[in-house]
Amino acid sequence: MTIHQLSVFIENKSGTLVKVLKLLKDEGIQLIASTIADTAEYGICRIICSEPARAFEVLKSAGVAVTLTEVFAIELDNMPGRAADAIEIFANEGISIAYLYSFLLAGKGILIFRTDNPVRAVEVINGSGLHAVPEKDLSKLL
Amino acid sequence: MIWNEVKETMSRDEMCELQGRRLHKLVSYVYHNTPFYRRKLQEMDLTPDDIRTIDDIVKLPFTTKQDLRDNYPFGLQAAPQSEIIRIHASSGTTGHPTIVGYTRKDISVWSECMARCLTSYGITRGDIFSVAYGYGLFTGGLGVHYGVENLGAAVLPASTGNTEKHVLLLRDLGATGIACTPSYALHLAETMDRLGISKDSLKLRVGAFGAEPWTENMRAEIEGRLGIKAFNLYGLSEIMGPCVSYECSAQNGSHINEDHYFPEIIDPSTLKPLPVGRQGELVFTTLTKEGLPLIRYRTRDLTSLDDTPCSCGRTSIKMTKVVGRSDDMLIIRGINVFPSQVESVLLDMPECAPYYKLMVDRVDNLDTLTVQVEVRQEYFDQGFDTLTPITELEKRIASRLKNVLSIGSKVQVKAPGSIERSEGKSKFVIDNRILK
Repeated sequence: MTIHQLSVFIENKSGTLVKVLKLLKDEGIQLIASTIADTAEYGICRIICSEPARAFEVLKSAGVAVTLTEVFAIELDNMPGRAADAIEIFANEGISIAYLYSFLLAGKGILIFRTDNPVRAVEVINGSGLHAVPEKDLSKLL
Repeated sequence: MIWNEVKETMSRDEMCELQGRRLHKLVSYVYHNTPFYRRKLQEMDLTPDDIRTIDDIVKLPFTTKQDLRDNYPFGLQAAPQSEIIRIHASSGTTGHPTIVGYTRKDISVWSECMARCLTSYGITRGDIFSVAYGYGLFTGGLGVHYGVENLGAAVLPASTGNTEKHVLLLRDLGATGIACTPSYALHLAETMDRLGISKDSLKLRVGAFGAEPWTENMRAEIEGRLGIKAFNLYGLSEIMGPCVSYECSAQNGSHINEDHYFPEIIDPSTLKPLPVGRQGELVFTTLTKEGLPLIRYRTRDLTSLDDTPCSCGRTSIKMTKVVGRSDDMLIIRGINVFPSQVESVLLDMPECAPYYKLMVDRVDNLDTLTVQVEVRQEYFDQGFDTLTPITELEKRIASRLKNVLSIGSKVQVKAPGSIERSEGKSKFVIDNRILK
């Protein structure tokens, strides 16, 4: 039910982000979404890409501090209020969201999030009619 | 005003003669009472009879903080324990503090020298003088306290902390003088602002400040915000405590109580004495001390001496402002901090690599310490999906550092290899405080 996301630790120094993205580019790996959470000193760059397992190996062997994390990807209709409805469902079930971001892909809204209670999240998704996008389908949408 | 005209305005010849006599007596005293010094002199084939004039001092060996540490706690004490009436302790690099025992005569000399300082600042009987140095193992509080009592002014033993109450007392009692660290003086000023108490409602006239480096800018700010005249007060616990030297109305250097503490300036690398006027490491010999007499004690403070006649009438030699240290000790908010203390904390943490950088800054007149440390590759390689483990590690390091250093610091965790490597340790310390 979950998909793989790359989390890359980046120091706030010019050139570090470029280095990571170039490594993926040289391997023909395509970004689907990315976001950076930052403090004054560092950031975590979170990446959804076309071949996460291979991307992980590429970055790892280049000495990049990278980790592969399982996150949920929920597909939503591209209409106002859908994200609010979805998150309300999780809130009502007492599932807290560690982080969340969203993007549009092939006319669909995709909501990416991580929770500390993935088992319960799966139950809630199954019982609520929300649609979790399988990893292979994400690439197909490209 | 001069407290002791006989000693403070002595001719140079008389002073040298007095110092020579006292040095001879001191060397005989330690030779017969401190096995440590007797052995050192014997190794150099010296006896007390070889030391007759103050110029003979260059024949004598140096004493270092390491010697005090190696002989912890009482190894260098010369007086029998039955003669010791007070013990102070100052912070050390690792574990052992420096222990200083004082005889009744030592306390009397300290109070005499402190009275000279206070008189020079314009304090007399009838003044109410607040001592806002910490009372306790630190020499600042009790050292100044006894001086004020000896002088005959009324001492207000405020100590540090409880600043609001202190401000109210200063106002209500009409206190005229205060001694504290320069940063505490500014903290007082901020507290007054917050309480809406104007400097005009206080009768403060004189401030004596020391125990940490301060600048002319800080002096101007303290004087302006508290409406006082601010004077320098220098001392170190190994030698006595506050009272070793003091500014006069001329405020162009601090007069040394050189009939008790004989100063020399040496080149810290060759250990050769430098002529008056040259900058180097300050060395003191305690000419009259009984409890813990020290011969040619290396203070590690970098400064120079000035023997030009002073407009205040005193003939004693002056030391200029301390411009730095010849070792890696940092004085941050009055607290001695050694990089090795930081290092021992960092190396105790499995996440940390032995690469670190200390940065000392002065923000709004308050010293700040920033510690940057690299994490180990193994720790880093596990990767991070959120910044929480990093910020938690930073908090953990900061809390351990606080326990060891007694001061707070800002900790920044860095990626492996991101801190510049260098040969000398000094490069790991960046002191951005500019002292003028």
